[in-house]
This record gives sequence, structure tokens and C-alpha cells, in this order.
Amino acid sequence: MEQKVLLDVKNLRTSFFTEAGEVKSVNDVSFHVKKGEVIAVVGESGSGKSVTQLSVMQLIQSPPGKILGGEVCFEGKNLLDYNQKQMRSVRGNGISMIFQEPMSSLNPVYTVGNQLTEVLRAHRKMTRQQAWQQGVAALTAVGIPEPESRMKNYPFEMSGGMRQRVMIAIAVACNSKLIVADEPTTALDVTTQAQVMELLLCLVRERGTALIVVTHNLGLVTRYADRIYVMYAGRIAESGTTRQLLTNPLHPYTRGLLASVPRLDSDRNADLFPIKGAPPNLAKIPEYCSFYPRCPYATEECRKKPHPKLRATGEEGHEIACHLTLKGESENG
Amino acid sequence: MPNAIKKNDAPLRDAKRFFHVFFSRGWVTKLCFGMIVVFVLCAVFAPVLTPYTPYEQNLLAMLKGCSAEHLLGTDNIGRDTLTRLLYGARVSLITGLLSSIWAAAVGSTLGLVAGYFGGWLNTVIMRLTDAMFSIPPLIFTMVLSTMVSGSLLGVSAVIGVSIVPSYIRMVNGLVISLRENDYVTAANLIGQKQSVIMFRHLLPNCLASLIVTFTMNVGTAIMLESTLSYLGVGITPPTPAWGVMVSEGYKYLFNQPLVAILPGVCIMLVVIAFNIVGDALRDALDPRLRGKL
Repeated sequence: MEQKVLLDVKNLRTSFFTEAGEVKSVNDVSFHVKKGEVIAVVGESGSGKSVTQLSVMQLIQSPPGKILGGEVCFEGKNLLDYNQKQMRSVRGNGISMIFQEPMSSLNPVYTVGNQLTEVLRAHRKMTRQQAWQQGVAALTAVGIPEPESRMKNYPFEMSGGMRQRVMIAIAVACNSKLIVADEPTTALDVTTQAQVMELLLCLVRERGTALIVVTHNLGLVTRYADRIYVMYAGRIAESGTTRQLLTNPLHPYTRGLLASVPRLDSDRNADLFPIKGAPPNLAKIPEYCSFYPRCPYATEECRKKPHPKLRATGEEGHEIACHLTLKGESENG
Repeated sequence: MPNAIKKNDAPLRDAKRFFHVFFSRGWVTKLCFGMIVVFVLCAVFAPVLTPYTPYEQNLLAMLKGCSAEHLLGTDNIGRDTLTRLLYGARVSLITGLLSSIWAAAVGSTLGLVAGYFGGWLNTVIMRLTDAMFSIPPLIFTMVLSTMVSGSLLGVSAVIGVSIVPSYIRMVNGLVISLRENDYVTAANLIGQKQSVIMFRHLLPNCLASLIVTFTMNVGTAIMLESTLSYLGVGITPPTPAWGVMVSEGYKYLFNQPLVAILPGVCIMLVVIAFNIVGDALRDALDPRLRGKL
């Protein structure tokens, strides 16, 4: 039952220092991933999902960005203590990342094979020929037909879904222990989305790789993720297993997110419930709960107390950052 | 397999498309391309094309017009004008290429490093570049050329210095926009070294613009060399540079105009040719058209 924790992020804080002031993009975020586990980080645009992952990889552009504090323990070692050279050996080798935009993630002037073997040649001492064979194997693994000839293609000769498969092939080529997929399917059309997600899942299950899916699409991850972290305004709002979050969401924001997703079993004519308002300006976060202005349940008390800390809800592994104790969904209607 | 992907023919297709676009711009481009080819051939085969050497004087035939012996006449000390023009093409080609090559190497490296790392390094390099731009190139090169010998190498070095800023600025601008591409982050994410990212991932993406700038700068460099030589601070006589020929020949403009006019026409034609071919190259290498046609 007890699985080994692969990545343990504690109290991570990343800010961007802009002319408008300090933008606290990641504000005291903690999460962990166990070996072979699939977790999802969900939130609106600008809630700090991607910045959190880039902070883990230490690829925040500095200036203006800066990691202010916290710990990023990967296999027991704090990555924040690593120097550039040590960090390079982690990237692509221990942790791989897949991006949102397959269209621009591949360099247009090189063939796919060239870029695919680049990661192998950077981390493993192998000859061009060995790397080429490994590359072909990786392309086969992601289900690209005729991998031998595809290796010689340029990125512009491939479709979006195909390119995303190539990106996945690059990510799995070195057998990383953790893959971070930053909105891997946002730029793809819906049918391809499912294919690519299935493929990714299949690959990580096969290899025992842990996977972090960063997305704003709740529907996409509920089928696959073991646990979900909901982020709002640079903080974790609620975390728990997928089942807990879907059947018993306790944070008003999670409830709002779920209510705004169309369901197959609901009345077709019924309106969706959007969350009113817009996410707060991260340069001017209030002292009180950052969700207060948009929260339908907010009380006067919420405005007086400082931002709530994550607290256990009683269920195992289920935590929320909210002053209120909402009742179960069934009573709430 | 009718729908199967054929064997890799991308480079071939690229080359075909390149030539198609390059020569679809009408006869002017073709003519200019032809001129450059002729110019290069003349420079390379100068000793074969003429029985004389450029230094051979014939004091019995001074300032002669066209004849069977001297197709384009002779100058004031009886040197064959055609021979000197052919050897002059050598001087122009070597200084033009040499100065452009070293300027491109240094300039694009500086622009690349400045653009990629940004920050104070970018500020220092780019402000120095601005400073160099603000000095009129002719005065700049004239001052510099007093410090070097009038050999091909010396003059090329001086001309290179004056065209380095154009490479720095161009590559810098390109890199600043290119470094935001996901493939740069992706290269970082697979743990690639910064130097590899710069020279493997960013530089090749600047190549199309670099080739165009290079071609046009060859023209500019030839022009500058001729100007310097004409003013007497470039190639030292008796080396047959076109600029030297104009400055020596204009005194005899009324006796034998060919001596001064022909090298002038050559300079003009070659510079125009390089500029027009540069323009055509820009169209042909436009990456936005890649994969079409």
C-alpha cells in the first residue's frame, strides 16, 4: 500500500517582479507524486499551474521570475540546491515535460529523428546508430506508422496530433521517472485529444512512470487521474482523490468548476453555471481569502480572517483551503 | 502503397522550390545571377583569360584604344585594361567575401549571445553596436585603414569591422523573438547545454536571413573597398583594384575614358547584381513559404 514518494514539493513560492509589483504566481504550494501515480493539477488560466511545474524544472525566466522558497525533493534530493549542470542531468532524464503547443515545440529546421535522438545523445553515451534505433523504437511505441521514414520527416510535414506523439516519444525516450504534461491536448481537436491521452496513459502505466497532467479541462483528467489538485490564484484550493473531489467537493471553487462542465446525464436545455467574475490580479492579492470576491457561500467572517490554510476534511488525503464547512453535495442539491 | 509516405524527399523538394522561386522573379534576377557567375569565373580564371599580367607595362602603347592586341585599350603606362579588370575582379571578390565572412562569424555570434542571454550583456553589446552604427562607415573605415597595411587581408579586416554591426543587430533581433519558441524551452527541458541551444537550435533558424544579409553585404563590401582604394587608403597600387584603376584613370578621362569608366561600370554592375540576388534569395528562403509549391 505504501508507495514511495517520487516528487515532494513543499511550500514552493515563485514570484515575478514586474513594474506592477510582485506577482505571486506560486504561493506556498505543496504537492507530492508517488511512483507510477497519475495526478492532475487543475485550474483556470493564470492560476499558477504551469509556473509551478516550470519552477520544479527550474526553468523560470529570471529576471523577472524568482523561486523564493520551498523545497522540491525529487527522489529524496532537493532540486533547488542543484547547480545548473546537475539540473541539466535531471531534465529529460529524470523528469520530462510535454507542452501545450506541438506546433512550436519542435525546431522547424531539423528532422524529427534528429531531435528525437538529441535527448538520447545528451544523456546516454551512445553512437548515432544506437540512438537512431532507440528513436525508431520510441516512435513505434507512440504508435506512429512507418517510424523509419517518419524519422526523416520535418515537423511541418506532420499533423498536430502526430507532432504531439513525437513530443511524447521524446519525453519517454530516456525512460524518465516522471513526466509533466502541461496541457498536452489543448491544441488538438477532440478526437485526437482522447487518443493522445490514452497513449500517454498507456505508456506511463507500461513503464511505471509517474505523470502530472496540468490542465483546465476537468473532464479530461477525471477518467485518468488518481488524485487531483485544484489550484486557484497561485494556491492549492482543494486536493484529494479523484473520487473524493468529484463526489464530494468541499471547496466552493471546485463546486463551481464542476457545475460549469456540461454533463451527459443532465438536462440538455439546462443552463451551465459559470463562476462569476474573473481570477484576481496576482499582483494585488487581498489578505483575506482570494476566492472571496467570487464565492457564492462567502460570509462576512471570510473577509475578516486571513487566507485559509489547507486543512484536512476528515476523509483521508482530502484537504481544502476554506473557512467554511460546506455540507455534502446531496444536501446542497 | 499509394497513400504511403514516400521515401524522404524533403531536401530535394526544398531545393526545387528554392530554384523555382529564385528564378521566377523575371529576367532581371536571372541577368544579375548570370553577372555574378561571370564575375566569379573571371576572378578565378583571370590568368587563363588573358596573355598579359596586370603589372606588365608597355611604354610603346600608352593610353591606346580598343585593338586586337589590347581589347579594351591600355592605361597611362601601357598596362592592358582588360587584364587589370579581370585581376581587379579577384581583388573585389576576395575582399568582399573575406570581410563579409569574418563579419558574419563575429557579428552573428555576438548577436546570438547578446540576444539569448539578454540582460546587461545584451545592453552592453547592443549599445556598442549602436555607437558603431552612429559613425559614418566611410570615415570609420578610413580611420581604421590608416592603421593597417594596404594588403587584401588588411583592407578586408577594416571593411569587416564596419559591417559587423549589421549582423549583430539582425541576429540579435531574430534571436530575441526565436528564444521565446517552445522548442527552445523544450531543448532546455531535455537538459541541453546553453551553447548547444544557441548554435544548434537558434542559429540555423536565423540562416535564411543571414544568407540574405551576407549576399547584400558582399556588395556593400565591394563598394567600400573600391571607395577606399579610390581615396588611396585601401588597396595600394599597383595591385589592380577597380577603385585604384578609377583613381589613376580619371586624370586621363579626355585622352582615354575607358581606363576610368570601365572599372566604375564593373563596380556598379557587381554591387547591383549582389543586391538584386540578395532580394531574390530573401523570397526564395522565406520560411513561411516552406512546404508549399
